[in-house]
Amino acid sequence: MFGRQAIAVGVVVNLLLLAAGLGRPSAEVASDRVRVGLVFDVGGLGDKSFNDAAHIGLVRAEETLDAQISTVEPGDGSDRESALRQLAAAGNDLVIGVGFIFTDDIRRIAGEFPDVKFACVDFSVGPGDPPPPPNLLGLRFREEEGSFLVGAAAGLASKTGKVGFIGGMMIPLIQKFEAGYVDGVRAVCPTCEVSIAYAGTEPKAFADPTTGKELALAQYGRGADVIFHASGKTGAGVFVAAREKGKMAIGVDADQFHEAPCCVLTSMVKDVDVAVYDTVLAVATDKFKGGLSEFGVKEGGVRYVFDDRNAAMWPDGARERVEALSAEIAAGLRTVPTVPQ
Amino acid sequence: MSAIERAILALLAAMATASLLFLFWGASPVEVYGLLLARTWGDAYGFGQVLFKATPLALTGLAVSLAWRGGLLNVGGEGQLAAGSLAMGLVGAAMTGVPALVALPLALGAGMVAGGVVAAIPAVLKVRAGAHEVISTIMMNFVVVGCIGFIGRQGAYVEATVHTAPIAPSAAIPSLGIAGSAASWAVALAVCAAVALHVVLARSRVGFDVRALGAQAAAAEAGGVAVARTTAGLLLASGAMAGLVGASTVLGYKGYFEDGLGSGSGFMGIAVALLAGGRPLAVLPAALFFATLSHGALAISTLVPREIVDVVMGVVILAVGLSLAPRQGAAR
Repeated sequence: MFGRQAIAVGVVVNLLLLAAGLGRPSAEVASDRVRVGLVFDVGGLGDKSFNDAAHIGLVRAEETLDAQISTVEPGDGSDRESALRQLAAAGNDLVIGVGFIFTDDIRRIAGEFPDVKFACVDFSVGPGDPPPPPNLLGLRFREEEGSFLVGAAAGLASKTGKVGFIGGMMIPLIQKFEAGYVDGVRAVCPTCEVSIAYAGTEPKAFADPTTGKELALAQYGRGADVIFHASGKTGAGVFVAAREKGKMAIGVDADQFHEAPCCVLTSMVKDVDVAVYDTVLAVATDKFKGGLSEFGVKEGGVRYVFDDRNAAMWPDGARERVEALSAEIAAGLRTVPTVPQ
Repeated sequence: MSAIERAILALLAAMATASLLFLFWGASPVEVYGLLLARTWGDAYGFGQVLFKATPLALTGLAVSLAWRGGLLNVGGEGQLAAGSLAMGLVGAAMTGVPALVALPLALGAGMVAGGVVAAIPAVLKVRAGAHEVISTIMMNFVVVGCIGFIGRQGAYVEATVHTAPIAPSAAIPSLGIAGSAASWAVALAVCAAVALHVVLARSRVGFDVRALGAQAAAAEAGGVAVARTTAGLLLASGAMAGLVGASTVLGYKGYFEDGLGSGSGFMGIAVALLAGGRPLAVLPAALFFATLSHGALAISTLVPREIVDVVMGVVILAVGLSLAPRQGAAR
């Protein structure tokens, strides 16, 4: 008998909870607003770097362009395509995939939904790949250029002559950061030693702060006094290590100064938010064009951070030196390698 | 309280917890559940995706059930399915020009062998050194995932990507063609595997040995069961079954192996086997249930954040586990 009573109570509680939500207004579909759907990578939202930057751009589009936005965080890899398709089928004008790993899926879905526009952040193009279809825009960044500039800052700021690099997943995209960084260090300090470490070889390596901290402690322990991380959420561990040891770290993708105000020398900012916002703006104003769009130092898509908060960490003359190198790159006088030499 | 009453109560509790979380977030539970159902069983594409997601869960659920019936807990599904999927991707890609009648069995066989090989190490450790299979199978997951990353970087992956070269068309498992969903004829493979396992366990001499082993190892040995051989064989078979997951993801959907493809189903398979009480035929509806939640989670993630959906999944598994725990002995 007790069982039946308990079930009856359970049913009543559930009905009450269901009823409690009934008065809430549900999301309306407005026809005159531009509708944008965005798919993060697995576990991406909250990385305080790449995925969050995309989200910031999207929210800005919601506020200033009155875009109606919806976002999805997939549960596993096979959900990526499904999430893109779900957003395309739901009548969004623009569907955005955040991360190189969406490349193949978004190409396929763009072919199936020719009336929907698509954009992919860090769209990868291999040798012999056909150009993207007209309704797909691949957003690409010349990360090596921004990494070069923060590498130069690291080389100038290091007192020990030893600096470090910590990558997330070992893939060509992240090796671009490594290549640019090492080249930047060498440009200002040919004798500096650069230690290189990666958190892993699978996507999880971008969300592993424990490993990030261990790798950073090891590099600081060997004498490095500046570490540049290009590792998404894994970088949180690098900043913890920097705070513990009182050594310097360099942020990535977004300005990560607040992660460790004592110790962040600069950040290699990749303006993913600007790219996302501009793409929504293009759709809203009917100016969207498929293809590839590249953002480097010249276009203002990648940059380093120097302001009142971090200026004290920069040695005299360092700012001028980095600024001169930045001008060289923007003018096309200096090319930065994209693969580790 | 009867077992059924307990199960109903558990689900009511899980649902109430979920509703509370949705209310907290500011979403209407009725709207969320409505969307979940509409996007899974309510439209053709959603139904296809549920079938697609249920296939790996059924195969890993069968793998866990098989070992469990013999008194073993195979927690290595993640590594076994990853190794099997990579093997299927590589063998499938090498099958250019080979007719499907040869290519498909070779690719499937490669997956089973790879899954079996991964399980062989814990099997040997168990029968030779007495190492507990829970520890050794779970540690193998890390070993395998690390090895796959290494093999991929050493040239198994196409340049600038994290996936292998596309498989030959003859090694592909045809799609079921349900509204563009990822469901393929691999679904039929999972159903056949469940029926076959049911028959073997219920009717055959080997099945009897396995059940005897699961009931009482010492008594089984006294009764003439070759304990070491059966234990090792059981883990190998369990690994081979998990190694088949790639049939759905690699051969039936993507057409290549991609880093992390199918990951998660190895662990979810344990929940599936638990819900099914280790019975092969009950694994199929249990897999459908978790697949519905899994794809439904994606559908509702425009209304509520991913973390809440993950908590709800955890609560459901916990509730199901609690309601079934006292019956474990009976299932054997």
